[in-house]
Amino acid sequence: MRSARPISLCHASQEFTDMMSRNTAPTAHEHDAQQALIEVRSLHVTFGRQRVLRDINLHVPRGQTLAIIGESGCGKTVLMKTIIALVRPTRGTVLFDGSDMFALRERELSQQRTRFGFVFQGAALFDSMTVFQNVAFPLKEHTRKSLEEITSMVHARIREVGLPLSVLEKKPAELSGGMRKRVGLARALILEPEVMLYDEPTTGLDPIMSDVINELILRTRRRHPVTSILVTHDMRTAHKVADRIVMLYPLSRLSADESQILFDGTVDEIDHADDPRVTQFVRGEARERLMEIGEAV
Amino acid sequence: MAESPARRGALRRPGLLNQLLWVSERSMASEVTPSPTGDELIAPRAIRPIAEWLADLGAVVIGWITSLGNISLFTLRTLSWMFARLPRRDTLLPAFYQIGVLSLPVVALTGTFIGMVLAVQSYSQFRMLHLETRLGAVINMSLVRELGPVLAATMLAGRVGSAMAAELGTMRVTEQIDALASMGANPIFYLVVPRFLGCLLLIPALTIMADFMGIVGGWFYCIVILNIDAHHYWEHSQAFVGSFDLFSGVFKSFFFGAAISLISCHRGFHCDPGAEGVGRAATGAFVYSFVTILAIDLMLGILLDSIYYTLWPEAGRLI
Ligand SMILES: Nc1ncnc2c1ncn2[C@@H]1O[C@H](COP(=O)(O)OP(=O)(O)OP(=O)(O)O)[C@@H](O)[C@H]1O
Ligand SMILES: [Mg+2]
Repeated sequence: MRSARPISLCHASQEFTDMMSRNTAPTAHEHDAQQALIEVRSLHVTFGRQRVLRDINLHVPRGQTLAIIGESGCGKTVLMKTIIALVRPTRGTVLFDGSDMFALRERELSQQRTRFGFVFQGAALFDSMTVFQNVAFPLKEHTRKSLEEITSMVHARIREVGLPLSVLEKKPAELSGGMRKRVGLARALILEPEVMLYDEPTTGLDPIMSDVINELILRTRRRHPVTSILVTHDMRTAHKVADRIVMLYPLSRLSADESQILFDGTVDEIDHADDPRVTQFVRGEARERLMEIGEAV
Repeated sequence: MAESPARRGALRRPGLLNQLLWVSERSMASEVTPSPTGDELIAPRAIRPIAEWLADLGAVVIGWITSLGNISLFTLRTLSWMFARLPRRDTLLPAFYQIGVLSLPVVALTGTFIGMVLAVQSYSQFRMLHLETRLGAVINMSLVRELGPVLAATMLAGRVGSAMAAELGTMRVTEQIDALASMGANPIFYLVVPRFLGCLLLIPALTIMADFMGIVGGWFYCIVILNIDAHHYWEHSQAFVGSFDLFSGVFKSFFFGAAISLISCHRGFHCDPGAEGVGRAATGAFVYSFVTILAIDLMLGILLDSIYYTLWPEAGRLI
């Protein structure tokens, strides 16, 4: 691990203000704004009375692999779902390839969504279908391939995610959690989409399988140009595959004028981040949270 | 930030219809801003309970209007997808099998019982008047016009409606509907249209089945058990039950089928999270379907009656 640097509190707050101003000033990423494939514009999402996302701005250039980190419940999944218009924002919008995802007609939206592959946090396999039917679903829906072609593509994908072909005839309920997750990954990858959205692809997998998935993500990128957004808690994965890391923070812990994006930079930069909340996450330290739990008990 | 004009054009405001459609897809709950409750109203202590009560009532009314609007939009979207293109056979056939084939035995069985029960209940009254042979007219008329269609619809709502709501609700809760949408398949087209078509096209068959078995049940009890004169029994039936009655029963059943499938699918799509939410969607689907069936039955009954007397004005004078 990285050597921990001593943190003096007043020092940290000074550094924090610097950080914030750096965040609002144009960064290196905004030079690419013109080619941004995905552009999230002042996005607000509120569920009932609970505000989950506030004023999120994000540009993801073509070909980039962006990792989103942040503690549980801070809105990472909601952000990913908003990007493919499964959640409607209360304010703001998402531009994909120049067109507003929320101004499209239903038909056009379906069309745009075929350019995405989404790996759900809970796999979200169709439980009335077998694994084979699940993985073949996008192919049957959007291509006119013959059964042989479909079968060979499904077999290739299933092998790629490290599963034996014997799972093909099983129903999702007969698989373990990690196996289901990998089937979900295979299903999302089968159309070789332009954009991959991975919601915690390695959570719940053993270390070896996690690394297999990391390699698979890298391999996918090598095989064809793909833009990826990856939600992860696993800093190893982030280090291995991400070009850029964005850290979200729960709104409940922020004051009204702070940006919800605490950190936006490269993988190397996050190791030397000045914000104590970022280093706390990266190093995985409980710190003052222990006090909160103590109070609760 | 510099913007090209083309990009600014792409950021146009979403159309009103689009927004409405969205609202109908996702639950309204996420859009509602907190409204002042009774507590926040400046009111003397004495009228505060009344104010609270009014606020609750208002919330209920708003809730009703919202769901009514929601389900209307849901219906519009289903219809527009249905006319856009036909679903694939592998989504259509399972739905038809589930709705039509598997419901047939229950509908037949309950139909038989209803026919017999009608005979049992009316026999003693008619006997007192020595009008036993008129039972045929009464039983068969009420079966064909009312009980057959309503019974078939009730069985469909109970057997298929709540199952559809639970199935779609589970798919919503476990994100399978989101997954479907994320793969560029429209959930309404993929999940609702086959079920809607199944209910719409097969409920007439179920209705005719219920009519037929009810008539058989009534015949069995009257002729075989009570030994009523068969010739007059059928003669009276024939004199009173016309093809318009059969038509009106079958005509109503189309509306019942459409209502059952739309209400149940809508319940499933807007299912609350968790096992409890799925359970509530399933019971809600049945209760709302049943109430709607009876309401439609009343309205169509009045409408069809007035049509009947417009077409055959002398019919009222016959008896
Ligand atoms: N459909 C919904 N309705 C109401 N609230 C929701 C809904 N989806 C998410 N939330 C709320 O939004 C917040 C963020 O949820 P989200 O799933 O995005 O967290 P997350 O960052 O992905 O967490 P994790 O790392 O545990 O997956 C949570 O507090 C949750 O309660
Ligand atoms: Mg999540």
